[in-house]
Amino acid sequence: MSKEHQKYLKELRKKKILIFLGQITIFIIFIILWQLLTDMKIIDAFIVSSPKKIIMTISNLYSNNNLFIHIETTIYETIISFVVSMIIGIVIASILWSSQVLAKVCEPYLTILNSLPKVALGPIILIWFGTTTTSIIIMAILISSIVLTINIYNGFMNIDENKIKLVKSFTKSKFKLYYYLIFPSNIPTIISNLKICISMSLIGIIMGEFLVSKKGIGYLIMYGSQVFNLDLVMTGIVLLCVVATTLYYLIYYIEKKYEKTTH
Amino acid sequence: MNNLLSIKNVSKVYHTPKGEITAIKNISLNVEEGDFIAIVGPSGCGKSTLLSILNGQEDASNGEIDYHHKTIGYMLQEDALFDWLNVLDNCLIGLKIKGKLNEERKKYVINLLNKYGLKDFIYSYPRNLSGGMRQRVALIRSLAIKPDILLMDEPFSALDFQSRLNISNDVYNILKAEHKTLIIVTHDISEAVTLCNKVVVLSKRPSQIKNIYNINFDENILPSKRRNTSLFNDYYQLVWREIDYE
Ligand SMILES: Nc1ncnc2c1ncn2[C@@H]1O[C@H](COP(=O)(O)OP(=O)(O)O)[C@@H](O)[C@H]1O
Ligand SMILES: [Mg+2]
Repeated sequence: MSKEHQKYLKELRKKKILIFLGQITIFIIFIILWQLLTDMKIIDAFIVSSPKKIIMTISNLYSNNNLFIHIETTIYETIISFVVSMIIGIVIASILWSSQVLAKVCEPYLTILNSLPKVALGPIILIWFGTTTTSIIIMAILISSIVLTINIYNGFMNIDENKIKLVKSFTKSKFKLYYYLIFPSNIPTIISNLKICISMSLIGIIMGEFLVSKKGIGYLIMYGSQVFNLDLVMTGIVLLCVVATTLYYLIYYIEKKYEKTTH
Repeated sequence: MNNLLSIKNVSKVYHTPKGEITAIKNISLNVEEGDFIAIVGPSGCGKSTLLSILNGQEDASNGEIDYHHKTIGYMLQEDALFDWLNVLDNCLIGLKIKGKLNEERKKYVINLLNKYGLKDFIYSYPRNLSGGMRQRVALIRSLAIKPDILLMDEPFSALDFQSRLNISNDVYNILKAEHKTLIIVTHDISEAVTLCNKVVVLSKRPSQIKNIYNINFDENILPSKRRNTSLFNDYYQLVWREIDYE
């Protein structure tokens, strides 16, 4: 390695550390300011809570054995919705791909469903499925699976004509075309939709928990706001940040892992 | 010489919402063993159509094709390599799809890869290959199913001039060595007259065969070298005058 290159790498590392420090600093300043301003009563801790109070709330929840029940509930529901939505998205996209006529028939309905804010269906789902976990999960699935179906279907339809011609020169079977070309060439599309799916699922679950539940992070936030316990609301939001980030990085990890196997 | 493929009075009419398009009309052609046949003609005249029919991807509207129990391989305009498969798996894809993959055929393919300069790239992915190498992989992929006749549809048009000269030589050497018969569509007259022993000129649509030229170069002169001969110029002029340019 040349001296110059070493210097370049050093600069690069320096820059990375600088960025990381910057990010951490902002976080710490934010927390300290928040605490100080509420301690000095410049802003009202009853309305905005404070870092200390949030930590207290979390430790209370923990000692009542409630903390992990809420977190687990939300994660569990999100993952179920995520998995089911992925399966629904892939299966429906595959069916639509296999029949152009069916796809054309369904097109306007998919567009309507996609543009409809799915929250509006909340009350109906509640009536049909009751105030149960099932309702929450169904709502989340509705939210994420439609976008997913459309994205994956578009991926299936967007295949290089030449590659299709090539496979067709070997076989007339539509299934083989799907199996050897359409599906494998869309694995990157599917992988990149995992992220969309997990965040959509989480949105759906939180929304569902707002409407229905007796546990989960969404419930914490909703309950907190109903009894005007802003500490609980803020705690819920903090927990949500942690859960969302964890799930995101989980997917990110899967993505990287996949990239490694193909590069 | 043996007849490998007999095309008799083949026509193709496409039906579109706007009307009928007669792409090709009464095409008759005999392909003999070892022939390298170039098909040239104005763009949109029906060259690709003819190849698709020969390959069985489209049905002819009229006419007959006798394959004499020979098999056909097909190579397209772009290499269409699958970027999620390595070079070997790309070459085996036809065999896999046809359910004909076995050890012997795999060995045959690996042997071809070794022989034609891809030895160190068997497990590489396509994105790491040069344009010329990708074309060779695509060629070996179409040879993997051991076709008697190879159809090529403007296979090198995406390459730069220098690579085209090289791949022209490669194709010539490889196909001669493997005893294949070739039908190649090209818009490049130089490519047609240097690579092939027959040049079929199609008219504009509805296209028919205007003329068939026999090209007689010494077998041992490589296509790229043929360009420097006066014979080349004569053939070039002959074919060029025959094509209906709009
Ligand atoms: N699938 C199709 N449906 C309708 N028309 C087609 C189809 N394929 C080709 N054509 C028409 O047939 C004619 C010949 O096409 P093609 O064989 O691709 O020409 P070439 O390869 O000589 O440029 C063109 O006018 C084209 O528009
Ligand atoms: Mg064409």
